[in-house]
Amino acid sequence: MTSSEKTLETVKIPSFKKMDTAVLLDKAGMLLVFAGLFIGCSIFIDNFFSLRNMAGLSLAISMAGMVSCSMMLCIASGNFDLSVGSVIAASGCMAAVAINMTGSVVIGVLAGLGLGVVVGLINGFVFAKLGINAFITTLATMQMARGFGYIIAGGKAVGITNSDFFVIGTTYFLGLPTPVWLTLVTFVVFGWLITYTEFGRNILAIGGNEEAARLAGVPVVRTKIWIFVIHGLMSAMAGVVLASRMTSGQPMTATGFEMTAISACVLGGISLAGGIGKISYVIAGVLILGTVENSMNLLNINPFYQYLVRGSILLAAVIFDRYKRISAA
Amino acid sequence: MTIDSQIMSSSPYLEFVRVSKSFPGVQALDDVSFSVGTGSVRALVGENGAGKSTLLKVLSGVYRASGGTLRINGVEQTFANTSASLAAGISVIYQELVTVPKLSVAENLFLGHLPLKYGMVDYPRLYEDARAALASLADDVDPRVPLGRLSIGQQQMVEIAKALTRGARILAFDEPTSSLSAREIEKLFAVIERLRGEGRTILYVSHRMEEIFQICDSVTVFKDGRHIETFETMDGLNQDILINRMVGRDIKDVYNYSSRSYGNVSIEMRNIMGPGLRQPISLQAREGEILGLFGLVGAGRTEFLKLIYGAVRRTAGEILLKGVPTKVETPRDAIDRGIVFCSENRKAEGIIPLGSVQENINISARRRYGHRFGIINETWEHRNAKEQVRALDVRTPSLEQRICNLSGGNQQKVILARWLSDRMNVILFDEPTRGIDVGARSEIYALIRRLAERGVAILMVSSDLPEVLGVSDRIAVMRDGTLSGVVERENATEQKILGMALPV
Repeated sequence: MTSSEKTLETVKIPSFKKMDTAVLLDKAGMLLVFAGLFIGCSIFIDNFFSLRNMAGLSLAISMAGMVSCSMMLCIASGNFDLSVGSVIAASGCMAAVAINMTGSVVIGVLAGLGLGVVVGLINGFVFAKLGINAFITTLATMQMARGFGYIIAGGKAVGITNSDFFVIGTTYFLGLPTPVWLTLVTFVVFGWLITYTEFGRNILAIGGNEEAARLAGVPVVRTKIWIFVIHGLMSAMAGVVLASRMTSGQPMTATGFEMTAISACVLGGISLAGGIGKISYVIAGVLILGTVENSMNLLNINPFYQYLVRGSILLAAVIFDRYKRISAA
Repeated sequence: MTIDSQIMSSSPYLEFVRVSKSFPGVQALDDVSFSVGTGSVRALVGENGAGKSTLLKVLSGVYRASGGTLRINGVEQTFANTSASLAAGISVIYQELVTVPKLSVAENLFLGHLPLKYGMVDYPRLYEDARAALASLADDVDPRVPLGRLSIGQQQMVEIAKALTRGARILAFDEPTSSLSAREIEKLFAVIERLRGEGRTILYVSHRMEEIFQICDSVTVFKDGRHIETFETMDGLNQDILINRMVGRDIKDVYNYSSRSYGNVSIEMRNIMGPGLRQPISLQAREGEILGLFGLVGAGRTEFLKLIYGAVRRTAGEILLKGVPTKVETPRDAIDRGIVFCSENRKAEGIIPLGSVQENINISARRRYGHRFGIINETWEHRNAKEQVRALDVRTPSLEQRICNLSGGNQQKVILARWLSDRMNVILFDEPTRGIDVGARSEIYALIRRLAERGVAILMVSSDLPEVLGVSDRIAVMRDGTLSGVVERENATEQKILGMALPV
């Protein structure tokens, strides 16, 4: 290979300075935004940086944290799942009903989780195997799961009689509420899953270029089904924890929660176009969303305006995402 | 007829003056100059990639020429977009018709300027106008039916009618007869005759020699993006002369061919049938043999490779590896059995654009070597990627670089590295050097040779005739979804191969 041929093909390397800021922004951009937001809130909002509020805040974001992790898998593969909120409610009711019937906490928890897995399997099968688009598939199961929740709960909240079940949602461990620990574990597991397993890499490949992934031997259908099953399981877990916190299964709870999870992911930087998935993005998105919500409550902002603010933040995030993609191309 | 058309075409109506068009790494049009008069039909001929399609796209405003000018009736033109070209009276009727099949014929005809009344579509007038436009082109067509229900030939007539309603003075046809029946072709030719009689300028791109001699007044030959020769009259011209001008070139030996000894039959494809093929195809390749697969665009070569690979479901046929019938139903099956596929469409079917170079290399082989229980073995991945990048001389700033930032040649090498990381016995190569510049090309050829020397059986699809002749040990030629023959290297000439590939 002569030198002249070499220059022909040499790849343009961006200048180092530019690359450093770009890499930094890419890796920690939204976490930095969160840090700024957190410091600002601590300084300007009374009672924000208090032990009580911090515990409350962490508990408030624990549910979004769990569900957003598995939502990340969906979005990274280029899809999303709308059935989340309904599965949370239905699995909580399922657990409540099963505990009251059998008296066994274990059976109740398993029944709740099982419901999530079943919904996930239906989603995955219809979407991946039958090739129906994910929006319609999960829109349908969203309604079905909601209806199922109301039916087994008899249309109203089901109080849980066995107080052993409340251990999951209401106890503390090393100064943190148990649900927060569960969320931290979820972060670690999903961070590991997306980065260090073949499954995770396959998800990113499918989201990046499904046909290329298929031709490279990635089991596309199987991977997609697994994504939805895991997502169903995580939603059910969030539902069981919520039921334990509320000491009852409530069929009307968590409406619109799918939007919270999707918002958190997109806000953190998980591109809706697929192919990108980093746990740090999800954590950042969940924290920002939770902090904004918490401070709006502390400031006594009218809930109607809170919708407005949340929507605006999401819009800003997707516009930013698009801008980032254009400048990267 | 010839005398008439010469008189009529004495004043050039459409002129290309030193038109060039380059894409990164490819000179698609190189200093092309020629002109066509009114009331004449000019054939544009050349092999795949000779520049005919690019020329039409420059004419229709899809591409902007990198150099040179275009004149219509002596007036210089620059088209910023396709509507500027349409406004100048140019219509290109593409091989793949650009229509809205669910809308009615009439709506398709007047799309963009539907007749309105009180702000709503004036349907009675629309249908009336449509009937007038279709008169003597497709009288039997009801303008109210969805366009998609018409035959391809009828749809083409609608396209022509559309061009005429827009006042087209120049009509270009790109392979117009490729999917028409004999009767429809006859009809098309009658229409073209009429358009010529009306003094319009017609460009006619086709591979079918017979048609060209039947319908055209003059021929312009292209090769490698250059204008080779224009024959102003068909007198004294014949098929052999044209083919000679199409292929004749100085062949530089970038291929470095040397004969090899082959092993046993590595892969045998028996009666393979599926979408894109018209007759079952049987072929076999030995260990260490390079089997070239030549044909025109649309002959079914890519489809054939995908049927072997399991990327598209076969309707019939079986695959034998070293004489043993083997199940190859999906790409995953194929890879597990050592059959790999390099797509011609790297961007859509090869690379994971957001993935790093390392990720793109390891995506396939990792499940055999890279991990335990689904957990990535980072050490193996890094070492393998590093070795492959060094062995193939992939030029990348780092293994973490996103593959979409690499040049085409380097992307191709990464895809090759993906398969070289795994064990493989058969490699299906679709246009291995498409969009790759000369420097990287010879490296790819060297690599193909090395693979063959290691005993890998290679099926290489290529539209580049010299490439097929330069690299292959045997050449299978496809035509229109069928296998038209297999030629040994010693007996292969450009004329012979091209003759087998051109439609009869």
